[in-house]
Amino acid sequence: MIREKVRVKKFTIDGICVTGQSNQTILEVARDNGIEIPTMCHLKGLSDVGSCRMCIVEIEGRHEPIPSCTAKIKEGMEVTTSSPKIKAAREMILSMMFSERYHTCSTCVVNGDCQLQSKSVELELSHSFTPYLNQRFEIDASHKNFVNDPNKCILCTRCIRVCDEIEGAHALDLFGRGLGTRVIHDMDEPWADSTSCTSCGKCVYVCPTGALYEKDISEEEIIKKREIVTELVRNRGQK
Amino acid sequence: MKKIRLGTIWLDGCSGCHMSFLDMDERLIELAEFVDVVYSPYVDMKEFPKNVDLTIVEGALSTDHDLKIIKKIRENSKLILALGDCAITGNVSAMKNLYGSEAILQKGYFDLADLNQQYPSEVVPTLLESVIPLHEAVKVDYFLPGCPTPADAIYEMLKALIEGREIKIHELTRFGK
Repeated sequence: MIREKVRVKKFTIDGICVTGQSNQTILEVARDNGIEIPTMCHLKGLSDVGSCRMCIVEIEGRHEPIPSCTAKIKEGMEVTTSSPKIKAAREMILSMMFSERYHTCSTCVVNGDCQLQSKSVELELSHSFTPYLNQRFEIDASHKNFVNDPNKCILCTRCIRVCDEIEGAHALDLFGRGLGTRVIHDMDEPWADSTSCTSCGKCVYVCPTGALYEKDISEEEIIKKREIVTELVRNRGQK
Repeated sequence: MKKIRLGTIWLDGCSGCHMSFLDMDERLIELAEFVDVVYSPYVDMKEFPKNVDLTIVEGALSTDHDLKIIKKIRENSKLILALGDCAITGNVSAMKNLYGSEAILQKGYFDLADLNQQYPSEVVPTLLESVIPLHEAVKVDYFLPGCPTPADAIYEMLKALIEGREIKIHELTRFGK
């Protein structure tokens, strides 16, 4: 195996001089330095895919903002984490998440423990800027313990990544394209019939919304142990 | 000081937000010093009046009547406050959008009706193709989410509007609160 040589790189985030290792992302270096960038699909312990675009930042000299969770640092780059343009873009991203599928907080089992909902508070989203699409997906409640409700899915793929990278089962993946994309089990079989699912429940714990949830648990009792993955990875002595 | 002319209306919602309004309890007496309620389910007024300073709208838009009245409200009010999740997102009122108005009418007036199976055609307004939040039909000035919006949030919002100061809405309430 050829190892990439790790070098130290210097650059600025919001005018603050920071240093990081060349294999680190902008997000990692920002957090190491106490600079907060809002994220959604990112979960410490899992790989980053940049699917939600919530962590976009501006880079001097680049035309479009880029997701900081997947962008590796470069010597001398000037990163801006918050500007009117970035703020407007994040609000629009959040709007599209709310309006694409059926996110009705008041009837949702994770009301009060949802990261999409808390993001609306954090980014002070007053309302959706995009019209509601009113798409409907079939709910898979075949599994004895868990439910998969694609209507509440934001396609962050945390469940897919945790199943593949931590549990090692890769029972989940994406199916379809664009607005109709869904998280499926095996070859789009009912969850109960999945031969690769170990029923460990990690996917349910890391889900930011109410797309994956435990059966027979009320809104008041529900706990999403999202940090469980970070804990596991640490205990295993991985990065 | 001239009193603020306040209207409130209950469109496609459960009236929970209006209940929350009443839950301001004794603070209503305090607000009454600054506010004249000129149109509301709380007062007997048939037509929506002219020159309203602020109209608080609960509920989403789901019928042709809702659309007509919200346009009149926009014409006659300086400011519109969307109160509660139904007015802002469609919320529970918009759940039927996933199936369509036709499916809902079929269920309510045919499948579950023992007698007189027919579409409603008189008195009741016609359902829109889909339920929409207020801002998809008219310009909305303020959004105060919640299901229902907590009384404390309504009070703080009204006080801030009366005193002409800004408030952090997201410290008081959120979607689904």
